[in-house]
Amino acid sequence: MDYLLLQVLNGVQLGLLMFLLAAGLTLTFGIMDLVNLAHGSLYMMGAYIAWMLIGWTDSFVLGALLALPATFLLGIVVEAIVMRRLYVRDHLEQVLATFGLILFFNELVRVIWGPAGKSIAVPAFLNRTVEILPGVPYPAYRFAIIVVGALVAILLAWLVARTRIGMLIRAGASNRRMIGALGVNIELLFTLVFGLGAVFAGLAGLMAAPITSVKIGMGDDILILAFVIIVIGGIGSIKGAFVAAMVVGQIDIVGRAFLPDFLKTFLSASAASSAAPAISQVLIYIVMAGVLVWRPTGLFGQRT
Amino acid sequence: MSLLASLRTPRGLITALLLLVLAVLPLLTQAFDQRYLLSIGTRIVIWSIAAISLNMILGYGGMVSFGHAVFFGIGGYAVGILSHHGVAGGFIQWPVAIVAATLWAALVGALSLRTRGLYFIMITLAFAQLVFYVGGGLEAYGADDGLNISRSRFPGLVDLRDKASFYWLCFALLCGTLWFCSRFANSRFGLVIRGAKSNELRMTALGFPVFRYRLAAFTLSGAFGGLSGILLANEGAYISPAMMSWVKSGDLIVIVVLGGMGTLFGPLYGTIAFFVLEESLKPLLDLVRKGWGEYWQIVFGPMLVLIALYARGGIDSLFGRRHG
Amino acid sequence: MKSKLFGTATIAALAFGLPAMAQTPIKIGFVSTFSGPQAAIGEDMRRSVELAKEHLGGKMGGRPFEIIYEDDQFKPDVGKQKSEKLVQQDKVNVIAGYIWSNVLLASLKTVTDEGDTILISSNAGPSQIAGELCNKNFFSTSWNNDQTPMAMGQYLQEKGVKSLYLMAGNYAAGKDMLAGVKRTFKGEIKGEDLTKWPDQLDFSAELAKVGTAKPDGIFIFYPGAHGVQFLQQYVQAGLKGKIPLYQVFSIDAITLPQQKELALGTLGAQEWVNDLPNEQNKKYVADFKKKHGVYPSYYGAQSYDSIMLIASAAEALKGDLSNKDKVRAEMKKANFKSLRGGFKYNTNQFPIQNFYIQEAVKDPEGMMTVKTIATAVKDGKDPYYEKCPMK
Repeated sequence: MDYLLLQVLNGVQLGLLMFLLAAGLTLTFGIMDLVNLAHGSLYMMGAYIAWMLIGWTDSFVLGALLALPATFLLGIVVEAIVMRRLYVRDHLEQVLATFGLILFFNELVRVIWGPAGKSIAVPAFLNRTVEILPGVPYPAYRFAIIVVGALVAILLAWLVARTRIGMLIRAGASNRRMIGALGVNIELLFTLVFGLGAVFAGLAGLMAAPITSVKIGMGDDILILAFVIIVIGGIGSIKGAFVAAMVVGQIDIVGRAFLPDFLKTFLSASAASSAAPAISQVLIYIVMAGVLVWRPTGLFGQRT
Repeated sequence: MSLLASLRTPRGLITALLLLVLAVLPLLTQAFDQRYLLSIGTRIVIWSIAAISLNMILGYGGMVSFGHAVFFGIGGYAVGILSHHGVAGGFIQWPVAIVAATLWAALVGALSLRTRGLYFIMITLAFAQLVFYVGGGLEAYGADDGLNISRSRFPGLVDLRDKASFYWLCFALLCGTLWFCSRFANSRFGLVIRGAKSNELRMTALGFPVFRYRLAAFTLSGAFGGLSGILLANEGAYISPAMMSWVKSGDLIVIVVLGGMGTLFGPLYGTIAFFVLEESLKPLLDLVRKGWGEYWQIVFGPMLVLIALYARGGIDSLFGRRHG
Repeated sequence: MKSKLFGTATIAALAFGLPAMAQTPIKIGFVSTFSGPQAAIGEDMRRSVELAKEHLGGKMGGRPFEIIYEDDQFKPDVGKQKSEKLVQQDKVNVIAGYIWSNVLLASLKTVTDEGDTILISSNAGPSQIAGELCNKNFFSTSWNNDQTPMAMGQYLQEKGVKSLYLMAGNYAAGKDMLAGVKRTFKGEIKGEDLTKWPDQLDFSAELAKVGTAKPDGIFIFYPGAHGVQFLQQYVQAGLKGKIPLYQVFSIDAITLPQQKELALGTLGAQEWVNDLPNEQNKKYVADFKKKHGVYPSYYGAQSYDSIMLIASAAEALKGDLSNKDKVRAEMKKANFKSLRGGFKYNTNQFPIQNFYIQEAVKDPEGMMTVKTIATAVKDGKDPYYEKCPMK
């Protein structure tokens, strides 16, 4: 029972981290109709910038807090130089351009910070375990990720549901032409939304850093996962992204934690231990394909 | 425009020259003792076939498949697995490989083509990842390490171990693929596919079963993709899951967009540009300053951005406006 | 066709090449990973190769030599293409390098068979090449995948460790490593996880399993950046001090600058350690540290040895590497001062060598490093050489 709770928490933590990344992606896609492959690069840049700032300030919290406006700025610069010109373009041209940005950022990081990865130490006050239930220790840092992730999710839900920007975002996701008709300064709105997405990506990157270390290309693989999430959830839907991230997080953990034992009930031990990782590796893709066959626009996507 | 008529335009002239150079490439590389150039040339020809097959659905039909490299893998693994079990004859290997690729394409198409846009991109990726990981789990065939194989045998006809003969075989198949694609693009079938890209509703209203047309195109494209996989496996005498990683699928999309979507020769231009840039940027940068070559991607990346921003229609559009 | 080309090349070499032999440089290709998250390994290898060049004064057997580096981008097909380029275009005399088994396996035939060029693996050691795929043109200055974990397993067995939990990346080398440790460790295996490779970022589920299985120790294989990732999470999960960690290739000079104190006290196995007491090793480590301010790793040491192996053949043959049979015969003698204090070649041209147990410690200047604490295996042979048809 304790073990089950532990694994559920692991899934929640993983899901929330991915939600942060997916939220920015689904926002930019939903409102600007932009396929941004370079979102993973913002995740990476967030982690590197945080590493640098934490080194300068000698404080995890301070460095992390400073890294957020820094990634916001970076996002705005990228938006102004490249993205702005891409909104009206074909998805494929967006893919090409943002793919080019990935290559650029990966090399840039190597030029600036060198090929070796960096590590960010867990801040001292979180470098321990907390007992979530008596006798069930859980890493405090991961618990902190859950708390921050949940807070951001609530903030985002409030932003989308209750504020004027949120109203525009919702309007934009369902009918792009309408926001223009509302007399809103679209350019500014788009820049802000892109910057906001960059902040979320950077936040995800810097929070993941003490767990996964900071390295070149760290955003590339996780980007695919983020796309899986927004597609399962339905593009443009924050709620969908949240639900899908939670589902994907749990599936990932279940595949790793319980599948081997489950397979052992009807396969030989050696067959099970070699089949389980193979299956858990493709599990989320199977789920995604299944969801899309069943609902071609994801769980909460706009019906066409 | 038919293949012959298109030769009278400037674009046609450039293309004809290009094809001529490709046709005599082995003679050139031998004359100048540049065997490695022939290896690059062979890969360019094989990748072109794959790019053309992707262009059939992506360029003409607007179906952005993000899993096209899976056909490299299926074609390659069919050849590799048969050869591993001692079935070396190309006349058995090749048809089996193409049938396998075709069947997989039909299955994926049937399940995926109900979705649109990014959903389609991602569902094709999902199926490709499925095969990728299965390939990585095939212990009997080397799993992630891949498998060294012997090349397909066509006794008395052609020896694939000979680089020049293998190149000419690939080149002949490229010409065949180009011919087929030009017929396809101008056929009624092709026109429906192209029409459905710009206005699906109209095509449906005209009474065309768009889904079935698209499925047929997707399947065809998979068959040619399988062909390129067969060639790729024979080129390297090696198969591995890395042939079908999603990065390769991405490269193929980049190539098609770079060359010019929905044009007959665009994929060929795109492949050449992609490979030539990849091979030459490093030495070029090293010329500017020693050691810089290593960072060639910092130049290549922004180049892609610029192409996407300012060269709409890809390389093909640089050769003047297209008629018709 | 191929033999004809070679015939022409030989005649040309005889006609024009020989008198100029002393001037034309020996060309050595070096394939490794210089971009992406694992580029730090390639960088360490390159630094060591350059140091070897410096120590040799830029000459082998009286001839100058040049090294052409190529980046395999951590992808087998790219590695194969670059190897092909080195053989066909640059016409190198020898190719060395190769971190990854799959890159090596993809490139092997192109280099050794089609190009009839000698290949020295400076790291990768898949069992196929030690066994049935062994090749007269293939030499290793590293090990076979199974050997290092076998050494670790043997040490744990002798130490009386009762049970282990095994973890590695789910790819060929990862499976080899787990198979290796199970060859020599006879205690209970409490659990075994092959994790997604190379894209798994999180080990929380597996570490939770370890926590409930309560083994005497965890054995891991996570090279490069993954080793950093794993160690951080292992410590965060509060397992350090409760369940000891034993590793191969996961805590080394590449990863220690990031792992820092988290690694202290962790044991691992290796065929080379920076404190091995022989003259050439002392010079290598001291010069490397002076130049780069960090310790070299075994990747670097093995690469250094690769260059020295070529140099030993070139010395014996007075710089004339044109006769491949002679070059192979000279290389097979392994007549050079290896940084690990000398080794002999087995029939499959893999080293017969010692393996040591090392501990992660802080050096007097406060820099993280590893030091030798025991010899686990003496003159170890890999378990596949009998399958190799070469005698």
